[in-house]
Amino acid sequence: MIEFQAVTKQYPDGTVAVDNLDLAVEDGGITVFVGPSGCGKTTSLRMINRMIDPTGGRILLDGKDIRESDPPLLRRGIGYVIQHAGLFPHRTVLDNVATVPLLTGQSRRAARSRAGELLELVGLPAKLAKRYPAQLSGGQQQRVGVARALAADPPVLLMDEPFSAVDPIVRDDLQQQLLRLQSELDKTIVFVTHDIDEAIKLGDRVAVFRVGGRLAQYDDPSALLARPADDFVSSFVGRDRGYRALGFLDAGGVPVGPVATVRAGEQATADQLDDGWAVAVDAENRPLGWVSAELLSTMDGSVNADRLVSGGSLFEVDSSAGTTAGSLRNALDAALSSPSAVGIAIDGDGAVVGGVTADTVLAALADARRAGEVPA
Amino acid sequence: MNSAFAWLFDPEHWSGPSGFPARILEHLTYTGIAVLIAAAIAVPLGAVIGHTGKGTFLVAGLSNGLRALPELGLLTLLVLLTWVGLLPLVISLVILAIPPILAGTYSGVRNVDRAAVDAAHGMGMRGPTVLARVELPNALPLIIGGLRAATLQVIATATIAAYVSLGGLGRFVIDGNNAGAGSPDGYPQMAAGAIAVAVLALLMEGLLELVERLVVSPGVRNQSRARRAVRLRRRPTTDLVENPT
Amino acid sequence: MNIDWPWPWLPANTDDIAEATGEHLYLALLPVLVGLLVSIPLGWAASRWRVARGILVPLAGVLYTIPSLALITLVPLVLGTQIIDPLNVQVPLAVYTIALLVRSVSDALRAVPSEVTAAATAVGYRPLHRFLTVELPLAVPVIVAGLRVAVVSAMSLTAVGALVGIGGLGQLITEGFLRNNGVELVAAIVLIVVIALIIDALLLLVGRIATPWTRTAKGVNS
Ligand SMILES: Nc1ncnc2c1ncn2[C@@H]1O[C@H](COP(=O)(O)OP(=O)(O)OP(=O)(O)O)[C@@H](O)[C@H]1O
Ligand SMILES: [Mg+2]
Repeated sequence: MIEFQAVTKQYPDGTVAVDNLDLAVEDGGITVFVGPSGCGKTTSLRMINRMIDPTGGRILLDGKDIRESDPPLLRRGIGYVIQHAGLFPHRTVLDNVATVPLLTGQSRRAARSRAGELLELVGLPAKLAKRYPAQLSGGQQQRVGVARALAADPPVLLMDEPFSAVDPIVRDDLQQQLLRLQSELDKTIVFVTHDIDEAIKLGDRVAVFRVGGRLAQYDDPSALLARPADDFVSSFVGRDRGYRALGFLDAGGVPVGPVATVRAGEQATADQLDDGWAVAVDAENRPLGWVSAELLSTMDGSVNADRLVSGGSLFEVDSSAGTTAGSLRNALDAALSSPSAVGIAIDGDGAVVGGVTADTVLAALADARRAGEVPA
Repeated sequence: MNSAFAWLFDPEHWSGPSGFPARILEHLTYTGIAVLIAAAIAVPLGAVIGHTGKGTFLVAGLSNGLRALPELGLLTLLVLLTWVGLLPLVISLVILAIPPILAGTYSGVRNVDRAAVDAAHGMGMRGPTVLARVELPNALPLIIGGLRAATLQVIATATIAAYVSLGGLGRFVIDGNNAGAGSPDGYPQMAAGAIAVAVLALLMEGLLELVERLVVSPGVRNQSRARRAVRLRRRPTTDLVENPT
Repeated sequence: MNIDWPWPWLPANTDDIAEATGEHLYLALLPVLVGLLVSIPLGWAASRWRVARGILVPLAGVLYTIPSLALITLVPLVLGTQIIDPLNVQVPLAVYTIALLVRSVSDALRAVPSEVTAAATAVGYRPLHRFLTVELPLAVPVIVAGLRVAVVSAMSLTAVGALVGIGGLGQLITEGFLRNNGVELVAAIVLIVVIALIIDALLLLVGRIATPWTRTAKGVNS
């Protein structure tokens, strides 16, 4: 647990970067610091590993005041990842990752073999180990940066806008991987970003900072979207926060209705369709696409799997419990993107269990709104 | 210390053919002649090598090899080869002055933004025109830097002229050394000569810096700023290619 | 004047030549080494504190501008050494080396990307350790380039010391001049140039071996 207690940082030129911050970062999970540029996110983060010392208040790491620790020793137990990775240009990828194990006194051999494991963990091919950082792409460098931070197996990982310098597709990749790593390793991660989407995607808890280094709200992402504490937070989380908030609403309340299905390769007639459409499924009942009446009439009786209308997105329901596992946002998206206007619901095995229409999703949304879960 | 300054400021030593003014004039004359000749050789050579990219090895090889050459040895050798008068001195000093000028001109021309050079070719300029209108003006700061380094090295080395019975400020050092340690014209004279050379070099450095500021166009003075500007101007220059003026 | 070419002088005097060569190397290289060792902390100071930079860099410029013969002559005045003391040559050579390197070292250290130094601090390097294992290695290419110029210049400048009675190969030059001995003169010149170029090549080689990361082609992705 990392506790900020009335922490203030005033730079020598008078700038107050962090003002009387009280905040507790729970163990495990990803805590995101988000806020506009210059609001003191980096300063707050760097105070945790004593790259910056507060001018007021104190910071406890597992109940112990970090001022009692020798900074270099403290830092060896805290991973740190920054925007441009900050790799050492004169060391190979492998030696970059082996840095901390070597510093903590491991043998070169042990450090290198540990480094090899980590490269694999972050999804880098072993042949890159002998390269120098300049020979890697930005995304690869960032993975090496993450591997280096994890090398000493620190319980805490600090990440300062680690993915903001890579292009959106690579960023998405890196974000997915971070979530996967986190579920495997269960570190305490403090993640700084100025991108609210990234914060909501990655964060188990989100701390929104306002300029002047004050904490505006500290909540889980759905609560942040549903109940912004004030105008600053609501404008910061953005105009489409209502739609985004659907992502946090359980689609459990949405009734899943029946949907017409036809089996690919088998005979089908127009009266098997519902409202002119049916879902073509394979032998395991998994959806392959949509057939319309018009299309079926050109198929001389049997459903041709190669000529289906591709369907919209799917959303998953937990059929045994009779509730949906997906969010309202998934359900709405499935309905809106479907050619037949019916979103396909599937179970954990991918088999079709039914369909929803946009109207039913919106009705569920109206219920949620009445219950105060969505901002009006 | 005091005796050196006493020697330096003694009015007797500031007049006549072996006084400071005459020696300074000799010193500067040798320097001027050598630098002018070296520039006449090295600037065109460096410009052509930089422009064509042929003979690059010559620049690197010459600047290293000639830096290692002891001028004292070269000068005495030339004198012993029965050449008399100024010639041996001027040759040694020219050889000394060529590498910095050559290297400055070469890298100046080489470092001109390729986009600007391309644009010049695109406008229909021929090679020599590109060199004269685009490359050399942009290379000016580095060329002048080379001339400045050459001048200072020549001033420093012209002191050895005295060793082969030519004048210059080195005269005081050599004469003082020959006069012997105890003599009043011994070490004080050496030190006075050394101080004079040092002051001359520093004054010249200041003067050349001033000249550099006055001569170099403000547009290219800050190379990186200029390069940024050229990059920004890249689109308009392609337009110019289509409508040559 | 007429020059003589007494070729037998060469085999007859190999011992003297070897001794002069040894002396020349000692006179030229020791100051460069000392200069290197001094310029690293000075360059570090200049890279770190604006005040130090404001003093050291212009001072280095002025010292580098003072002609060698003048500096050699003035050392006894400043340090109180004897007129014929190897230090009279060595101190100026060290001063030139420092003047040359302080600025390069400081520029090279300032050019180390701030995220690299931040990352080194964050993984738990102590400042001295970080300087020695991260920042200094990254400055090596620049330092080696400066060192090559310093060594080659030192080899040639040491000869000037002969004008004020200090030994080394320069002495063979003055001696050869006085005796009209072309062989002695040329031998000294050739030795100075050849040894300088050999040391230069060695430095280039060592510099390359020590900095493998500078030779990697950019952007080789697969
Ligand atoms: N060394 C410093 N000296 C003076 N002021 C500083 C210093 N470092 C940061 N600041 C100021 O403190 C404030 C907070 O800076 P900080 O770097 O923590 O912001 P940030 O939230 O990380 O911003 P960004 O999203 O742009 O990275 C800013 O106003 C900044 O200008
Ligand atoms: Mg920041």
